[in-house]
Parts: sequence; structure tokens; C-alpha cells
Amino acid sequence: MSALRTSRPARIGQYLALLAYLVFLAFPFLWLISTAFKPAPELASLHPTWIPEEPTLANFRQAFDEQPLLRAAGNSLVAALAAALIAVVVATPLAYVTARHRGRLATAATGWVVISQAFPFVLVIIPLFLILKNLHLINSVPGLVMVYVVWSLPFALWMLMGYVKAVPAELEEAAAVDGAGRLRTLVSVTAPLLVPGIVATALFAFVTAWNEFFFALVLLKTPEKQTLPVVLTHFLGAEGVADLGPLAAAAFLATLPSLVVFAVLQRRIAGGMLAGAVK
Amino acid sequence: MGRRLVTLTAALALLLTGCAGGDERPDDGVVRLRFQSLAWQKESVDANKQLVAEWNAAHPDVQVDYVQGSWDSVHDQLLTSFEGGEAPDIIHDAADDLGDFAYGGDLADLRPLLSERLRADIPARSWQTTTFGDGIYGVPFLQEPRVIIANRKILESSGVRVPTPEKPWTWTEFRQIARDLTTFMGPDRYAVAWPLKEPVSVSLNLGVSAGGALFHLGADSRITVDFTEADAVVTGTVHDQVVVDRTAPRTTLGSGGSDTLPGFFAGKYAMVPLGFAYRQQIAQQAPEGFEWTVLPAPAGSEGLAQGVSPQTLSIAEDSPYKKEAMEFLDFFLRPESMVRLARGDWMLPTGTAALADPSLHTARDGWATGAEVAERLRPAPAQAVRGYPEWKDKVATPAFQEYYSGAIDAAELRRRLEEDGNRVLARYYRK
Repeated sequence: MSALRTSRPARIGQYLALLAYLVFLAFPFLWLISTAFKPAPELASLHPTWIPEEPTLANFRQAFDEQPLLRAAGNSLVAALAAALIAVVVATPLAYVTARHRGRLATAATGWVVISQAFPFVLVIIPLFLILKNLHLINSVPGLVMVYVVWSLPFALWMLMGYVKAVPAELEEAAAVDGAGRLRTLVSVTAPLLVPGIVATALFAFVTAWNEFFFALVLLKTPEKQTLPVVLTHFLGAEGVADLGPLAAAAFLATLPSLVVFAVLQRRIAGGMLAGAVK
Repeated sequence: MGRRLVTLTAALALLLTGCAGGDERPDDGVVRLRFQSLAWQKESVDANKQLVAEWNAAHPDVQVDYVQGSWDSVHDQLLTSFEGGEAPDIIHDAADDLGDFAYGGDLADLRPLLSERLRADIPARSWQTTTFGDGIYGVPFLQEPRVIIANRKILESSGVRVPTPEKPWTWTEFRQIARDLTTFMGPDRYAVAWPLKEPVSVSLNLGVSAGGALFHLGADSRITVDFTEADAVVTGTVHDQVVVDRTAPRTTLGSGGSDTLPGFFAGKYAMVPLGFAYRQQIAQQAPEGFEWTVLPAPAGSEGLAQGVSPQTLSIAEDSPYKKEAMEFLDFFLRPESMVRLARGDWMLPTGTAALADPSLHTARDGWATGAEVAERLRPAPAQAVRGYPEWKDKVATPAFQEYYSGAIDAAELRRRLEEDGNRVLARYYRK
């Protein structure tokens, strides 16, 4: 324990580094908020300010007026929630089996799913498009959900394997000695300890799907189905010209669901982790 | 647990089948055309939607569904859609993006479909921008010259000669005027700011005014790069303004057009060469009392000529309703409609009837200057060059960026564009 003890200057240095990191992380988001509330002349000022001198909601009004943001957010929400749910439902048993029953096949399978993450989108999009077309799943949210599940599954599997490995096998053996069956052991002993991992994985899958742009762009054809990241690009013109105020307003609104989900689930993750630690 | 899992799986399966997208093909005899538009500014989107609504009201048997795309991702999206056989029937794009799709057989040859009215209304030089091989693969309908947006007060109080389309600055005169203006403006201020985040199209298209072409068609039907003295006129002027004269700041070289506006509004730069449509941003964002004017780009041996890659409307080869799609385009591009679209996008129509509309010749917001320049626009030099995107990204963009910033000299720029560039292009013309 004494090895963890640090001197006062070192601790101050750590806090300063942490603060700098937080500022670094927060800067784009704070700037986005600031931009969203600025009127057009302030956006084009040579001396930008953090706090808008004449804050306005005009950018929000314009954003909602010009683009169907609510409908797009609804589509994104359905796709992201479904993708997160299915990803953890599929990945959890897979991760358990792969983590507990090691063998050449499991190792090879794990290696393959991790390597599959290295493929760029453009490499897979055309075959994927053709497959989904044959399945009549082009321009449908379920088709998009399937893609998102497939895309997030490898990393979800990888994450959950780590959580499964962190649960001592001795606990399951002790439950078996106490007379619990296989299913009872999984439900009563292992599953509660995996909850934080499952929540974290679901969160990862949700955010990945919520932010995804390219698949949604290519697979969804009609305006009614388009997701939020696709609709956000409608504020961009040729050669990088942007309708900056409404774009910032819409982008700010687009970050809110992720923040809410994080805020709600963060306590669950932390609480679950602590519970595991105590055990 | 097992039962729960089965129930969950069944529920998900139901969800999947219940939400699956239906067949888009109509069974009621009404033809439905999907029109993907890249209009993005409110006035432009409104104009597009209004025209579609007017068509739909007048043609109950041919209905057009408006779909909004985005300039940022249109190429990748179309590429995938064509490969998957799911492309929109009517496609909005830019002429310089059509080549691959035209040669790839993805776009319909419009020659048998075009109406005489449309064919006659749009000048031959504009049709050249969408002609690939023997076919015409898009209707060019909006175009955007590069102009110089200037701070009127600085310009007039400095006493320099203000150019007009009839008597524009030459490139040599422009350089001298930039020196005079910078001296007049004082320290830390510059006569001109060049936003050259995308330096290739600016260099090539403005270079046309001095006779620059860069790409040359050989007797063997292959295109090669040859950086001539004519090509060096515009590029040399920009380089010298940044590196030698210091009349243009180095800092804006990596900027997009919008990034230079705060400095322009603050009087840090007197002039910014920009696309014609940037006027909308300036009109919206300029502080109260800021006076601006639109000047023609300087002229060279070819006068005010410059290269341009118009916005286009094409029809997908896979569309089963090409005739109906063309009828819609003919309606959509009537002169009065072209004027509405042009005003919505703050651009200029290609159609001669639309271009003659008095509303596009007012002095307000510089429309008249643009309309004068429009008659001198020519196809962008890179228009039909196979391999241009790769040449641009791998060779030309870094070479121009380094040249303009002073990192390399003109000889090295020329070597890279020709030697390295021709190696890239050779692969495309070997096939």
C-alpha cells in the first residue's frame, strides 16, 4: 500500500494533468455550446468570445425549421437502442463461453473478430449493401440495426470477455460445491457480477450506433428514415461551407442523448464495479 | 432462462419483420421518381421543394420524391448506390464528379432524351462540362465563378483603380495594386487573403484566364500534365504575394473561404477571392455598416475566362423511367425555375434565357458582376481527366500547398506536377 503513496508535489502535478486533460476534452463541447447561442455577426467575429454577447435561440429555431431533427433523432434512438440491446444479448453468452472455455478455436475466433475491426467501412459497404438488398433490408431501420450489431459485436465481445475473466472461476466452483446447478450459478452468481460490464458494453454499442454516419447515409434512402448524423450534414455545402450557427445548435442537441444515457448509467457502472470490488 | 431467451429472440424477429422497409415500387400505376438534391441553403431547398410540389400537383401520374443528400458525401454514397442498383432516378451532383460514373455506365446518356429547348438554351461550353466520350451525362444548370469580394471603404479610400468586367485588372496590375493597398492599410494588414485549403481547383480554374490548361491531350488520346508558362501566371502571382511581396498572409493558405471572413469583416484583409455563392454568407454575417463589393477576378491573355465545374442533374442508367425523369428535368429547368434555383443558391444559371433575367443583373450583392463573368466561363481544365482525383490528392494538393507557402520553388512544383503527376495519370490511360 505504501508503494501507492505519493508526495504532495506529485499529487498536485497529477491533479494539474487531470485538469488539463479535462479542459482538453471539454473544450470542443463548450465551444459548440457557445457557438450554438451566437448570432451570425458574432460567429464571424475576429475576436471570438466564450460567452455570447447577445445570446440567441435563432440558431435552434432555424435548425428545427430547416431540418426534421426530431424525426431523425427518433430514428437514431431506435437504431442505437436496438443495436445496443441486441449486441449485449448476443455478445454476453459468446463472451462467457470464449473466456471460460479456452481452446484453439476460441482463440482463433477471438483473433478474427478483433482483426475484422481493422477493415475500413468502404471495403465492406458494397458487399454489405448487396446482401441487405437481397434481404429487402435496404432503407429500413432494422437493416441498419443489423449492420450496427455486426459492427459493434467484435468490440463488445472483447470488452465482455475481460469482464468475464475478472469474475473468479472459484466463485462458480464454490456455488457448484454448494449444490447450485449450472443455470443457477450463472444467474445468481456470475450474472450480477457482469452487470457493470454489460452496461458499459451496451453504452459503447449505443454511442457507436448513435454517432455512426456512413452506413446510415448509404443504407437509408428516404428522408423519413434518415438518422441524425446524416441530417446534420445537410447544414454543410460544397467545399466545406457550413451554416455554422444552425449546425452547432443541431450538433449540440445531438450530443444530449449520449450525455443523458451516460449520466443515468454512470452510477450503475460505478456502483456495480464497487460491488464487485467488495466481493 | 431458456424460455425467456426464446421469447426475446421471437420478439426481436417480430420487430425485424414488422419494421422492414416495404417495396418502393408502386403498384397503382403511378410512376415514382426519386430525386436526390444537394441543395442545402434554406432558400435553395425551398425553391427545390416548391418546384417538386408544382410538378407533383400538375402530374399526378408521375410523382417525384424529394430526397436531400449532402455535398460532403455524395460521391461515396452514389458509388455504393450504383453498385447496389439502388441509385436515385434523378441525381444532383457537380460536373467534375460525373466522369467516373459516366465512364462506368452508371449514368444515362441524355442525348436521346434531351428536349430541343433545353439543348438550345444551355450554351455548348456548358454542355462540354458534362460530355464524356460521345455521350452527355448531365444537364449543367448552375455555375459559380470565382470573384474577388472587397471591402468597399478600404478600396475606395486607397485611391486604387476599381476594376469592372469591362476593364478588369490584369494579373500584373493585381499584384501591384495589392502592394499599394498593403502599404495603405498599414502593419499587420494585407491587401488580399487567399483561402487555399483546396488549392488545386482554384489554381487550375483561375489559370484559364492566362491560357493555362495544365492537362494536354496527346495524339495517342492520353492526357498528360504539362506545366507551361501560362500555367505559371496565376500560381506565380499567388506565390509572390505570399512569399515575396507579403501582401497576402501565409496563415490563410490552409483555410477555407469561411475562415477568412472574420478577418475580412475586421478590415484585416481588403480582398478575398471566393466563389460567387459566398456572397450569401457575407450578406448574412457582415457586421452592420460593413460595405462590400464584388470584383471580377483579374484577367490574363484570355480575358476574364476561368474554368468552372457546374452543378448538374443526371439520370441513373438503371432508372426504368428515364423519359419521365427527363420530362421532370425539362420542367425543373425552365428559365423561370432556373432563376429561382440560381437566386436560392446565390449562383448563376447556365441557361441563356435564365441568365438574361433582370434580377440577376442588379448591382445589389454583386449579381451584375457575376452575370458578366458568366459568359466567359469555360469547362474546368480537369473536367474529363481520368485519375484527376488521385492526382489532385496525392500530387497536386501537397505540391501547390508547399509552393504557395514558399517551401518549394516553381521548378520543384513543375517537376512534381509533371513527373509525379504523369506517373499517376499513366495508370489510368494504360487501361
